[in-house]
Amino acid sequence: MAESRTYDIVIIGSGAGGGTVAQALAPMVAQGLKILVLERGPRLDDHEFTGREAEMAPALYADEGGFLTADGTMTLAMGRVYGGSTVVYTGTSLVAPERVIRSWCVPGLEHADLERRCEQFMAANHVHYLPRVLLNENNKRFFTGAHRCGYKPEQFPVNLRGCKGSSLCNLGCPNGAKMGTHRVQLPDAERQGVEVVTRAEVLRLEERAVQLRVSARPEGGKGRPSEWAPGDYHVSARLVVSCGGSIGTSALLLRSPVTAGIPGLGEGFTCHPALILVGEHDHPITNDVGHPKSYFVDRAVADGFVLETCMYFPFVTAKNLTSFGPEHSALMQAFPRLQMILVLACDKAVKENRITVDKSGKPVVHYTFTPAVRRSLVAATRASARIFFAAGAKRVHSPLSEPTLIERGDAYRMDDLIREDYFLPGRVSIAAAHLMGGCAMGTGARAVTDARGRVRGVPWLRVADASLFPDSLEINPYLTIMALADRVAEGIRQDWGSIS
Amino acid sequence: MSGLVLPQIRATFRAVAATVVPETAALDADGWARLEAEVERALRSRPERMVRQLVLFARVLEVASLFTDRTRFSRLVPAARHRVLKSLELSRLVLLRRGVWGLRTLVLLGYYTQAEVQSRIGYRAHVDGWSARRTSGEHAATPTDN
Repeated sequence: MAESRTYDIVIIGSGAGGGTVAQALAPMVAQGLKILVLERGPRLDDHEFTGREAEMAPALYADEGGFLTADGTMTLAMGRVYGGSTVVYTGTSLVAPERVIRSWCVPGLEHADLERRCEQFMAANHVHYLPRVLLNENNKRFFTGAHRCGYKPEQFPVNLRGCKGSSLCNLGCPNGAKMGTHRVQLPDAERQGVEVVTRAEVLRLEERAVQLRVSARPEGGKGRPSEWAPGDYHVSARLVVSCGGSIGTSALLLRSPVTAGIPGLGEGFTCHPALILVGEHDHPITNDVGHPKSYFVDRAVADGFVLETCMYFPFVTAKNLTSFGPEHSALMQAFPRLQMILVLACDKAVKENRITVDKSGKPVVHYTFTPAVRRSLVAATRASARIFFAAGAKRVHSPLSEPTLIERGDAYRMDDLIREDYFLPGRVSIAAAHLMGGCAMGTGARAVTDARGRVRGVPWLRVADASLFPDSLEINPYLTIMALADRVAEGIRQDWGSIS
Repeated sequence: MSGLVLPQIRATFRAVAATVVPETAALDADGWARLEAEVERALRSRPERMVRQLVLFARVLEVASLFTDRTRFSRLVPAARHRVLKSLELSRLVLLRRGVWGLRTLVLLGYYTQAEVQSRIGYRAHVDGWSARRTSGEHAATPTDN
């Protein structure tokens, strides 16, 4: 028997969307409203962020970061913790390009409005450029190599305060330096009286209500016990705001009978499919100390890809190097000499790529690599290889060649060695962390919400996360999610008289 | 899937491990126990259907070489195992490529998440970042972003 509780507003998810909505609506608590945030993951104390790969991945990510697409050829990373994915990204903070927002063609959504809101969050989240003295050689060599190749490397603004350069951003900053919603928006909302319940999985939506299950803290696991006793709950609310991310929100609406029939639900999934490439230098370089992601090269318009500096941990690195055996081992043993680049393809929403649910209501993500994405990844791999060699690497590991190692002496025939016919899904490790779409905003027949996240035909339900994106964003989405969520919250405040 | 998975496919799994990461051939009993414990832990959180597919793939892999090499996969010499896995990895069938990828990823998880292995390959990330390098005398400055 589920225990019944009543709130005015229930927010599902605590990441960039949920954390923002919680903070923006928090002043309504002083007016007598009860607001609840439900987060499926745990709430970790500062000392629990150890930076150890085997401990942190299970504690912070859904499926330990290895959620597989339906055909098993790509892994999707989703934060599942108090603060959502804002706990596990590197803090890069970019404003959406004007041309992208214009191409979305969402009536009522203006780039200037998003930009203004992004700037407010950049100030609140202490977004700035790290001083050059804090950049490591992995980043500096990318800058040098990219320049020598004729590209225009740009520095990422990042939302850090007191970064010590642990390089462990993707395992949750062990020094609390990353200003995600777990550091800024959620604590502020809680101070104002918003309740947050962790380890709370929303099973389905009902008419002005959510059905959820609170889990016990697993023995030996990280994080505090839930704020509520383990068990099933039925929470009534005048308004529900779904901020569970592209996959979480889409799957929730698809498995809930009150919303499952909405046209367009689950469609338009995009994710910036990514490859990790490495170059090996003669001498050790600083790579596992310092912020890992300081520079990028934006070739989205010209070539459909973006290159970013990165540095991952031994298992993630090993997994993302293609193939196996002595060559693979030799590269891993060269870890201190490795330079690393993350390649992101700017994919487009196509009908084949969508989110559905299985019989038990679990999300299933269908994703096909379009010819354009394949071409982008090949072009990006060639560009990265040139940058590695221009930065002094003696060999480069390319997942799109066979053998996978390309020696400096063969650099002149890069285009022959790195080829699309070696793009073999299932062999090449492809991962994505920018999960977008599924509840697209707009006014067309397949639009799930309007420009303020109001779900079509469901007046008590709003969406405020990356599922709103009608198409790919081509940059890290967190700041745009916050700006959109802020607009959704603003709409809720404006509509509250009619909602209540 | 209830119970342990690896005992069902142990010989195949260890043969794959020694092919994927040749250094595992030198593991002692404790080393194998640590590697396999990490793999079992990860498998417990994976969908049952996926685990069943992986076990099935390992069983097919074990006997498939009877047709080509007249020997089970786990009894092949290292070079032959490498050849078999490589051919499957480059197969036209995505199911076979996925199977190799899945097994290799588990091996890599079990091996490269071990602290002593990370240390051996020179991975030295530390929660204190630049300050930890200062302590070791490599960097005079101890910059912190404020």
